[in-house]
Amino acid sequence: MTSLCAGPNHKGLFGQFGGQYVAETLMPLIHDLAAEYEKAKVDPEFAKELAYFQRDYVGRPSPLYFAERLTEYCGGAKIYLKREELNHTGAHKINNCIGQILLARRMGKKRIIAETGAGMHGVATATVAARFGLECVIYMGTTDIDRQQANVFRMKLLGATVIPVTAGTGTLKDAMNEALRDWVTNVDSTFYLIGTVAGPHPYPAMVRDFQAVIGKETREQLHAQEGRLPDSLVACIGGGSNAMGLFHPFLDDQSVQIIGVEAAGYGIETGKHAASLNGGVPGVLHGNRTFLLQDDDGQIIDAHSISAGLDYPGIGPEHAWLHDIGRVEYTSVTDDEALAAFHQCCRLEGIIPALESSHALAEVFKRAPTLPKDHLMVVNLSGRGDKDMQTVMHHMQQTTETH
Amino acid sequence: MSRLQSRFAALKAENRAALVTFVTGGDPDYDTSLAILKGLPAAGADVIELGMPFTDPMADGPAIQLANIRALSGKMTLAKTLNMVREFRQGNQDTPLVLMGYFNPIHHYGIARFVEEAKTAGVDGLIVVDLPPEHNEDLCEPAQTAGLDFIRLTTPTTDDKRLPVVLNGSSGFVYYVSVAGVTGANAATMDHVEQAVTRLRRHTDLPLCIGFGIRTPAHAADVARRAEGVVVGSALVDQIANATSPQQAVDGVLSLCAELAEGVCNARH
Repeated sequence: MTSLCAGPNHKGLFGQFGGQYVAETLMPLIHDLAAEYEKAKVDPEFAKELAYFQRDYVGRPSPLYFAERLTEYCGGAKIYLKREELNHTGAHKINNCIGQILLARRMGKKRIIAETGAGMHGVATATVAARFGLECVIYMGTTDIDRQQANVFRMKLLGATVIPVTAGTGTLKDAMNEALRDWVTNVDSTFYLIGTVAGPHPYPAMVRDFQAVIGKETREQLHAQEGRLPDSLVACIGGGSNAMGLFHPFLDDQSVQIIGVEAAGYGIETGKHAASLNGGVPGVLHGNRTFLLQDDDGQIIDAHSISAGLDYPGIGPEHAWLHDIGRVEYTSVTDDEALAAFHQCCRLEGIIPALESSHALAEVFKRAPTLPKDHLMVVNLSGRGDKDMQTVMHHMQQTTETH
Repeated sequence: MSRLQSRFAALKAENRAALVTFVTGGDPDYDTSLAILKGLPAAGADVIELGMPFTDPMADGPAIQLANIRALSGKMTLAKTLNMVREFRQGNQDTPLVLMGYFNPIHHYGIARFVEEAKTAGVDGLIVVDLPPEHNEDLCEPAQTAGLDFIRLTTPTTDDKRLPVVLNGSSGFVYYVSVAGVTGANAATMDHVEQAVTRLRRHTDLPLCIGFGIRTPAHAADVARRAEGVVVGSALVDQIANATSPQQAVDGVLSLCAELAEGVCNARH
């Protein structure tokens, strides 16, 4: 049997998903990037440099922590948290940023651009750009700027220029359009540092490879602690980079059940959600063929989630493929369920999770109680919740007022 | 001979370049847009590009982004754009019309259905911005099998090594995007245009149309001396944006079109 880790093919396709659907101006750049990445991948110097920054700058490996109180509370599966929120800058995003900035430097690029939703990718990008002394421009939707002001300030402190995007609904999709417009205009100087496993090939594969350190470490750490593979993996999905990072090294282990959690917003039936697989159909956007939220005319519908990082109407093409072949189960969790899980995690473990990661935790609260005590479940705690204080406070005030 | 071939052959015989005009279908509303479309040939448009509205026009600058938003706010759809072509063809059988846009609405409509309906409606060619030759099987091949031209964009970043890949499967004409950037932004220098035309000529016999950043009759004339066609979009679309009434939008687009046409017609004489 062919390994499920073998993709994508030479055209950047995972089954029928992925590809390189961009304007001609960008095609030569994307081919260059793919070629440069292939070279870097097999260069021991690149691997050495990456390992150094992962250890001494990012703080890897991140712990695999046995969540004893969560486990007791649920009364079923033994729950481990992969502590990506302990990384420098507070989320998994920096794993990818370090990898791509080293590549940008190899390619002699002087200017870094990125899109951001919750701001975590923007902060991670601004961080590595500062570290390597490169100019940095971050595109962020105005809606997201309003709900993530602390991250906007952090990016500015780090020397980045934050450009507000008013087009559309002012969220991640619009920021990505604007970043693509910048890239098409500044082709010679600029490296586009995409933050998730989406976009044209080679981005989905490259970002996955940089994030796969999460799954590789998890495998070793659980082996050291329990002497075996996990029984299940749970991660939240917007574009899907933290999930793909955890899942990928386990795809060929058929005994490992893999669960991706999409954001159901107010509920999939309301149409106000960000669940591309559970509520979308295949289409083409931002360089790849994948599942998208769209109307009867093929126009893209704005996503909704309380978590800015999941607020995207598409999903990485490899997830679309894993959904299609049934290897990964994709469920969804509403805003309210994620918030409840957020509070539980704070109280039970003394860990304030990001609202994104709280979606994965909500799925754990549903599943873990029904599972036997020897079931080993690993949850990707992809980010910390400090950035979400404003959103949570606002929501708690609203809840108090209506009761 | 296709409409595009006939038109470019006739213009060559007259020793003049084509004025290629772009407007977005349904901008600012269906009826006004149809009135503009019907008026363009008499105002001097030799080839018409009609934009298929999309929520996420990633390669377009602010003017055409807003045109897309206006059209979509007026409930424009791909089906209505095709219908607009049908209505246009009732009164015009000669002017080539090319649909231009992004792949997703076509993908969602269904490739076979779209190609068949477009051909029947009287569409002559397609320009799909985010569909490079790497994905020819998705739409280019079915469209050409059905007799629709597939017009490719070439850009300053398309080097000599890549040009044959891009031109392979191109038909109708070649659209040269003269600056790396979005629509409506800066214009290229005439030196750049000349170099690009010389380079492209080494690779293709198809008519070359130059676009991006061309706004005035004088500028259009400069380009018309150097290529087979001049594409103007954002400047025309701005006329719609600035109009205070539907009639003013129609008049604004058509009078600018006439001025541009005069510039293009007189360029080589």
